[in-house]
Amino acid sequence: MSILINKNTRVMTQGMTGKVGQFHTLHSKNYANGANCFVAGVTPGKAGQSYEGIPVYNSVAEAKAQTGATVSVIYVPPPYAAAAIDEAVEAGLELVICITEGIPVHDMIRTRYKMQGKSTILVGPNCPGLITPDEIKIGIMPGHIHRKGRIGVVSRSGTLTYEAVWQLSELGMGQSSCVGIGGDPINGLKHLDVMKLFNDDPDTDAVIMVGEIGGNDEEECARWIRQNMQKPVVGFIAGITAPPGKRMGHAGAIISGGQGGAEDKLAVMEECGIHITRNPAEMGKVMKSIFKK
Amino acid sequence: MKIHEYQAKEVLRQFAVPTPRGSVCFSVDEAEAAARKLGGAAWVVKAQIHAGGRGKGGGVKVARSLPEVREYAEKILGMQLVTHQTGPEGQTVRRLLIEEGAQIAKEYYVGMVIDRGRQRVALMASSEGGMDIEEVAAHSPEKIHKVWIDPVAGLTDAEAEAIAKKIGIPDAAFAQARVCLQGLYRAFVEKDAMLAEINPLVLTADQRVIALDAKMNFDSNALYRHPEIVAFRDLDEEDPAEVEASKFDLSYISLDGNIGCLVNGAGLAMATMDIIKLYGGSPANFLDVGGGATKEKVTEAFKLMLKNPKLNAILVNIFGGIMKCDVIADGVVAAAREVHLKVPLIVRLEGTNVDLGKKILAQSGLAIIAASDMADAAQKVVAAAKGEN
Repeated sequence: MSILINKNTRVMTQGMTGKVGQFHTLHSKNYANGANCFVAGVTPGKAGQSYEGIPVYNSVAEAKAQTGATVSVIYVPPPYAAAAIDEAVEAGLELVICITEGIPVHDMIRTRYKMQGKSTILVGPNCPGLITPDEIKIGIMPGHIHRKGRIGVVSRSGTLTYEAVWQLSELGMGQSSCVGIGGDPINGLKHLDVMKLFNDDPDTDAVIMVGEIGGNDEEECARWIRQNMQKPVVGFIAGITAPPGKRMGHAGAIISGGQGGAEDKLAVMEECGIHITRNPAEMGKVMKSIFKK
Repeated sequence: MKIHEYQAKEVLRQFAVPTPRGSVCFSVDEAEAAARKLGGAAWVVKAQIHAGGRGKGGGVKVARSLPEVREYAEKILGMQLVTHQTGPEGQTVRRLLIEEGAQIAKEYYVGMVIDRGRQRVALMASSEGGMDIEEVAAHSPEKIHKVWIDPVAGLTDAEAEAIAKKIGIPDAAFAQARVCLQGLYRAFVEKDAMLAEINPLVLTADQRVIALDAKMNFDSNALYRHPEIVAFRDLDEEDPAEVEASKFDLSYISLDGNIGCLVNGAGLAMATMDIIKLYGGSPANFLDVGGGATKEKVTEAFKLMLKNPKLNAILVNIFGGIMKCDVIADGVVAAAREVHLKVPLIVRLEGTNVDLGKKILAQSGLAIIAASDMADAAQKVVAAAKGEN
C-alpha cells in the first residue's frame, strides 16, 4: 500500500500543453501504471486537442466529469498557478499537487484561505510531487532511483529528496511513498500531516524526514512524533552553515527573527526521539542501522 | 527584495501613513539645501543603507543648525557603517535622508510578517518602540501583541483600535493609529511585501501619530507585477556576485570559506555546504543552478565562483532528475576549458544518465577528481582545498 496515491489514482494535468507540462506528463505516463493513470489535461481554450493520446479539456470540472479524475498536478506558470489551484478546489478534487515554483506568497495566502472547510488536499507548491514506486509517479522526480518498499520519505526539498531515496535504494531499502511538500512558506501539507499518514499506513515501517532552515514545521512535527508516532523516524535538516537573514534559494528557506535555525530544529528533533544525522550522506545508513538492531 | 527607509516611507505615504517631511540627498550640499527647504530648528541626518541598527553604528544624528547638518552629512556620507546586520566590514553610505525633527512623546513598535503556521499576515505591535524587537521578544514576550489578519476582511477598525489600546496609545490618538495600521496593512498586501516594520511609530508632543522609521522587504516572486518597486532597487547595496548571478537566473550567496560549491537544488546545495563543514572545510558560496541548467549557465557559474580570490577548490554535486548528468558533464568540461581552471575540481554525479556523464568527464583529459557519493566528494574537496592531493 501507500499514502495519498496508488496505481488506481486517476490524474489530470493542469497546464499540460506547456513545454514543462508536456515533458513531465510524458515521463509520468511512462512510469509504471502511468498509461492508465494519466487520463486528462486542462488548458482553457484548448479543449478537443490531445497530447500523447491524453485528451485536453477547457476546465477542471469538465475533465473531472468526462474522465473521473480526482487528482490534479499543476505546471501552470507562477502568475496563474494560484488560480489553477482555486479551480481544482472549486471542482472538488481530492488531491492537488502544485509543482510550480515562484508563486507570490500573497496569492497563496488567499488560495489557502479559500480552501478552508474544503476537503481538497494540497501538496506544494514548489515541490517535486509524489511517487508510490512501481505504481505511479506524479511530478518531476527521476522514477528510476526508486524501489518499492516500506520506508516513507517526506521532504521540503527536491534534489535532496532524491539523494535520500537514492541512499535508501542503494542500501536495499525500498520506499512505500515519497512526498515532496515543497519549499514555500505558505503551502499545503506540512511534515506533520504527512507523518500522520505514514503512521497510519500499514505498509510503512519507518520514515525519513528531510527538513531545512526556516519556519518551525519540523519542530511541530517532532513534538507530535514524541507523543504519537509508532514507527522510527530518521531526520536531517539542511542549512547548518546557512547565515541568518539570507534566503537560500527557496522562498521559505531563511533564518529570520532568531527562528528557523538548523541546530535548533535538530535539537528539538533529537529530544523527541528522532534519529537525527548531521551528515546528509548518511540518511540511508542511519535508517539501515535501526533495522539491524 | 530590500529597499531604503526613504523609499519605504514613500510607499507608506501612498497608503495614508503619516511620516516626517524629508528628502533623499547624495551630497553635503544637497543635504544642506534640503534642510534649508524644510525649515525649522532641528533636522535628522539618517544614513540610508539596507541594514538595521544604523543609530547605534553612528549613522543617525540630530542637527540643531545648518552647519551641523553639513557636519553630520560630511561625516556620514561615504562612511563604512557597521551595524549588527552588516557584518564586520560594514556598508558604504551613499545616500542620506534629511528629515524635519519631531518632538517625541512616546515610541511604539509595529511590524508585519507572513506567519507560516497560521498562513496569514500577522501584525505585531508593542509599547516598547525604538528597541530591538528580538530583545523584547526574548525578555518580555507579553509586551508583543499580535493579530492574524483575515485576507478577505482585512485589518478591521475594531482590530486596529484594540491593538492601539493594548500598546498604550492614548484614546485621543486612536483614529490616527487606526489609519496608520490599516495603511500599513494595505501597503503590505497591495505591494506584495514579505516584511514591514515601523520602529518606532511615534506619538508626537502635539498628539500626532507618525512613522519615524520604516522598513519594507518585498516578495521577489511578485516583482513582475510591481515595476514601481523594482525601480527602487539599489544595486550598490547588494553583493556584486549575487547581482551577477541573478542575471543568469542562478541563486548565489557569498560565504567566507574557500571551497566553491555548484549544486542543483536549494536543499541539496545547503546540504553540500553542511557536509563540507562537517568534514573540516569551509564553503565559499551557496550556488543553486536550478533544474534547467545549460552549458552556458554552468560556465557562468564557474566564472562567478572563480572571481572569489579565496577560492582554492570546487565541488560540483549534481543529482540529475530533470537535468541529465551527461548534459551537466558536457557543461562542466566546457566551462573548465573556457576558464582555464587552475584549482582542483571534484565532481559527484548521480541520477539520470550518470554513466554517460562519468564517461564524458573521464575522457575529457581534464584533471577532474571523480567522487562516488556526497561523503567521498566532501572528503576529497576538503583535502584538495588544504593542498593534500
